[in-house]
Amino acid sequence: MKALGPVIFLVALWQAVVSLTGVPPFILPPPLMVLAAARANLDVLALNAAVTAGEVLAGLVLGTLTGCAVAVAMALSDRLRRFLKPVLVLSQAIPIFALAPVLTLWLGYGLAPKILITVLIVFFPLASVFLDGLLATPEGLLDLGRIARAGPWRRLWLLRIPHALPALGAGLGVAAVYAPIGAVIGEWVGAAQGLGYVMLMANARSHADLMFAALFVLVGLTLALYAAAGWIARRLRTP
Amino acid sequence: MTPPPARIEGAAWLGDRVLFAPLSLDLPVGWTCLIGPSGAGKSTVLRLLAGLPTGARFEGQVTAPDRIAYMAQSDLLLPRLSAVENATLGQRLRGEPGDRARAAALLAEMGLAGLERRRPAALSGGQRQRVSLARALIEDAPLALLDEPFSALDAANRQRMQDLALAHLAGRRVLLVTHDPLEALRLGQRICLMAGGRMEDLPTLPGPAPHSPQEPGFGRVYDGLMARLMEAA
Repeated sequence: MKALGPVIFLVALWQAVVSLTGVPPFILPPPLMVLAAARANLDVLALNAAVTAGEVLAGLVLGTLTGCAVAVAMALSDRLRRFLKPVLVLSQAIPIFALAPVLTLWLGYGLAPKILITVLIVFFPLASVFLDGLLATPEGLLDLGRIARAGPWRRLWLLRIPHALPALGAGLGVAAVYAPIGAVIGEWVGAAQGLGYVMLMANARSHADLMFAALFVLVGLTLALYAAAGWIARRLRTP
Repeated sequence: MTPPPARIEGAAWLGDRVLFAPLSLDLPVGWTCLIGPSGAGKSTVLRLLAGLPTGARFEGQVTAPDRIAYMAQSDLLLPRLSAVENATLGQRLRGEPGDRARAAALLAEMGLAGLERRRPAALSGGQRQRVSLARALIEDAPLALLDEPFSALDAANRQRMQDLALAHLAGRRVLLVTHDPLEALRLGQRICLMAGGRMEDLPTLPGPAPHSPQEPGFGRVYDGLMARLMEAA
């Protein structure tokens, strides 16, 4: 509800730009035209939004699981951490988007490359944030584990992971915002369905109204993911 | 049955600086209070006995039982666990199932009946430190190592906690690191001053703890203790 004011303002600004500049609708369609296109193509948008949402969710879940698993492994083994830390930093420097054509070449036009791109985008921030959380456990708490002669697994499960959960929640919030970009990039490179595909097709046929409608559905999807991640993050943060 | 021995013999260095010269501390059954200025190595001695990392280089020998009850200045409670779950944390860290019934009974003895399911954030500082005392007591360990556990509490809570710890740790070997001479005098059956890299025994009051300022000689022993502390600081 707090966002209602700014949203109304932006839509009014949009309408004003269209009215004042007289820009043709195939360049910038007015808001009501986009709404009409969304209504007329409701089934197309819903179907393709479901595809994109599926890719994003699968990528988020897989990326989170692998990111957490790698962070745990690195927290447990000093040797693995020394070896993987530079690899993690280096891989952060690779623009994942640039890999999309390669992954599509290797994995084809199906769901796999989209999910994999999303996984890659989610994996690195989550792994590094969770690892930092695991390693930042206060020494005083670790002392309790040492006094009890707890093994590394029990220390991890009872002391380190609970302490790292808020960091994991923050990482999830970031990942949720970036994950849809991964799926859409994958769809742009080559796909037969999904919101990214709808946007490309609409663009090619000069249906700017449908393109904008697909864009707004994508924004809505991202906001919903962000809200869900925020809810999880709050659960992980507050005891 | 006397509890197994707990002693430390050796010297420690911080880099090139001698933290303490060769010393020998053999803990008797009852309370030993280790007192002295900050940085004298009191906590290092306690952590060495506990088998914890210290940052100092130690050469010597430590004899301590397997099971140790430990309390630090901060309560070290996990924010996501309830009071009763925190009290059983030590057991679960050892891979045993947490004895929740015993934890609840101990919490009740600490005056926390009805608060078992509260998280630490919903407890006062004094209550949290009592949960941490319950976590230490549930170990039923022959040796208790207490690193200034009462120093952050207000006067009333501090005395309450001292009395609870005193009652529940009877018959064990207890090492209490403190910088409060009154606390040392009240609880210590033995008081060791650690300063300038050395350790020496100071006079204490005869008879069972807790000692009261009403006892004859309390003021004299306290003045002597304070004088030695002032010299050392």
